[in-house]
Amino acid sequence: MSGPSTYQPQNKAMNWIERRLPIFGFMHASFVAYPTPRNLNYWWTFGAILSFMLAAQIVTGVILAMHYTPHVDMAFNSVEHIVRDVNYGWLLRYLHSNGASMFFIAVYIHMFRGIYYGSYKEPREVLWILGVIIYLLMMATGFMGYVLPWGQMSFWGATVITNLFSAIPFVGESIVTLLWGGYSVGNPTLNRFFSLHYLLPFVIAGVVVLHIWALHVAGQNNPAGVEPKTEKDTVPFTPYATMKDAFGISCFLIFFAWFVFYLPNFLGEADNYIQANPGVTPPHIVPEWYYLPFYAILRSIPSKLGGVVAMFSAILVLAFLPWLDNAKVRSSRYRPLAKQFFWIFVVVCILLGWLGSKPAEGGYIIAARILTFCYFAYFLLVLPILGRIEKTRAVPNSIADDVLAKTGSRKTPMVSTAIALLAAVSLLAMGAQETKAAEGAAQPPAVKWSFSGPFGTFDRGQLQRGYKVYKEVCATCHSMELLHYRNLAEPGGPGFSTAQAQAVAAEATVKDGPNDEGEMFDRPGRLADRFPSPFPNEQAARAANGGAHPPDLSLIAKARSYARGFPQVIFDFFTQYQEQGPDYVHAVLVGYQDTPPAGFDLPEGSYYNTYFPGHAIKMPKPLSDDQVTYDDGSPQTVDQYARDVTAFLMWAAEPHMEARKRLGFQVMIFLIVLTGLLYFTKRKVWADAH
Amino acid sequence: MTTASSADPTRRDFLYVATGAVAAVGAAAVAWPLISQLNPDASTIAAGAPIEVDLTPIAEGQDIKVFWRGKPIFISHRTKKQIDDARNVNVTSLPDPESDQARVKEGHDQWLVVIGICTHLGCIPIAHEGAYDGFFCPCHGSVYDTSGRIRQGPAPANLPVPPYAFLSDTKIKIG
Repeated sequence: MSGPSTYQPQNKAMNWIERRLPIFGFMHASFVAYPTPRNLNYWWTFGAILSFMLAAQIVTGVILAMHYTPHVDMAFNSVEHIVRDVNYGWLLRYLHSNGASMFFIAVYIHMFRGIYYGSYKEPREVLWILGVIIYLLMMATGFMGYVLPWGQMSFWGATVITNLFSAIPFVGESIVTLLWGGYSVGNPTLNRFFSLHYLLPFVIAGVVVLHIWALHVAGQNNPAGVEPKTEKDTVPFTPYATMKDAFGISCFLIFFAWFVFYLPNFLGEADNYIQANPGVTPPHIVPEWYYLPFYAILRSIPSKLGGVVAMFSAILVLAFLPWLDNAKVRSSRYRPLAKQFFWIFVVVCILLGWLGSKPAEGGYIIAARILTFCYFAYFLLVLPILGRIEKTRAVPNSIADDVLAKTGSRKTPMVSTAIALLAAVSLLAMGAQETKAAEGAAQPPAVKWSFSGPFGTFDRGQLQRGYKVYKEVCATCHSMELLHYRNLAEPGGPGFSTAQAQAVAAEATVKDGPNDEGEMFDRPGRLADRFPSPFPNEQAARAANGGAHPPDLSLIAKARSYARGFPQVIFDFFTQYQEQGPDYVHAVLVGYQDTPPAGFDLPEGSYYNTYFPGHAIKMPKPLSDDQVTYDDGSPQTVDQYARDVTAFLMWAAEPHMEARKRLGFQVMIFLIVLTGLLYFTKRKVWADAH
Repeated sequence: MTTASSADPTRRDFLYVATGAVAAVGAAAVAWPLISQLNPDASTIAAGAPIEVDLTPIAEGQDIKVFWRGKPIFISHRTKKQIDDARNVNVTSLPDPESDQARVKEGHDQWLVVIGICTHLGCIPIAHEGAYDGFFCPCHGSVYDTSGRIRQGPAPANLPVPPYAFLSDTKIKIG
């Protein structure tokens, strides 16, 4: 099972245990003395990165489960409760949601590494298949996890994916009903998804143990694809691979932290900040980015069952890779044709991912079909044929020879690293794009916000003015039920004192009861109260507003977005732009036109708005000059009101933004220092091995 | 690592120590939020804010039970006899010595405000029961007097008095 070890613990207590359960010797043989090929490059650190991410997801997930409520009426609000009220809840939530994306980035790199270097070939077939099983379990876990916040995408994604099983002939509908536990996605579905989402990561952990066991039986593959022959070919796992993995993990953490602290919603969907509504399907349902290539394959086949079969086959074909590719040479380094087709395959996957985010119309469908064919052709045609006809380059005699050789093999990892990184970011960015282009709404102009960028903060005065606008104008029709009066006094917000917030609360009337007579009664608000809703229920709201429901504004600044377009979305990753929501809200507030443009048919009871999708909005122009009195001398213009109330809404949606960016700065500095130290430690450790 | 370079062992050691120290600091910094999240969150703390109780409906000899921070609080409007019984006692002979005066607010001796959780193992004692007409805990037989002090039984301490203050003669704020 492991390498050479004649390990005997020095410590008497450890020796006592060792005689009865040789765990220390086992650990030593597997992770300290274990012979590791000395020519591994950084693509080999992703196994450790994945193990780290699995642990991170389990830890953050178990903690989130302490505060989450898996009931359809409470799930969405319980997640907001975590983000708003639980100590460091915002951090735990963002670590977990972005951690899932990081987990998938790492697993895709890990898999591509395996394909490129032939790590699935004899004797590592079972290792590879265990990996495919882990990947499938990850997809199931990720899918169920995404349902738990019970947003619009959660609900409709669950509906679409569970409906896939209805494609199965004869038993399909019964299976779907069984999965749902009802006649549609509902509370039984949510509850069982929560249970299974908690369970599967531990199943994954078990399969990972098998995966590492299978790895240790065969030993690791290496970039040369030549098995170790002598002791000169390997180094002990600790400290060589341990320190290299630690350095790799540290670099990865910087990438992770960039998302968590500065771009926490970059990879997500704005629609998931809207509570699930079984009566309204979002215009564009998209799964999380890591499923997009398979989503594209599913939609490219015109038949329902065919699409489902194609999608699952696209994953299952991976398991057959050891038998589809029977080339004798393992590593694509020495297979010039296979290498080129590999990179074409990578591009095909990225493009399929991009197509998965686009609406299934016109040219997109044709492109998806061609690329689906290319995807399967790579496995079913290209690799088997290449195995027969390819003229490979000479493979080095041994690993030691490969390390000593001076021919630029050290340079290629850098180039391929750069390509892969660019590809990764492009895939993420393109997948993360909104697909709202179809309705022809104009792009909202970018507004300069005080809270944008890594050091952005809210302007207290602006938040206070914005609150005044909300209270005097918007609160007539729009609720803000996730805010409590005590939030007004919390740090990072409008900066009211506790006494001021108490006074503001006391001005409001709140329903309470029942009293001893059994009746509900009104009383002045207190700090602990939520902002009261102007209407007792949705029906009353609709009746008072011409059939339209004024949305709750607690999350509106994060629940709205617009497509930034490629390559702008790549630049956004680096500039940390995520103010799509505020830009949109501001644009709508100032975007009314008294007379619609010629030829536009405005329905009765609607108003023309340049930036509202479809241009016909039920809300009349809410703001006019001098409507609200500002005590600090700020201009009392529509544009100023719009900016101020939008800033307030951004704070309402993300009250801990300042703390997030502040902690983010400290974390980034720390990680850069740690990465630097680990780099020099790794170099020192490896100094005598190269 | 095969041959220790005798030229500069201290420089290499310093690097390893520095890396180890930074990593340890990082581990501690990561552990802190994971532990802090277990503490009461902002909404729980807000729900535990002080409450005001109107005393006017409570007649002499009556008592009510209110909840604050999830704990039952007994508010008793004591009769003169109950106050005298509580004061005609050798304080040093009590299992948990405390004078009645120390357990009520000056000028408001008739009002007893105690947390109704037995200091033995946490059951709620029953009012107007037991040898002293105070409180009696049915779980293991602890007996408290009209000042909420332990007299007999396994409980080690008197019923705790929560933080409270009189806003007026007829209104108190608990917490």
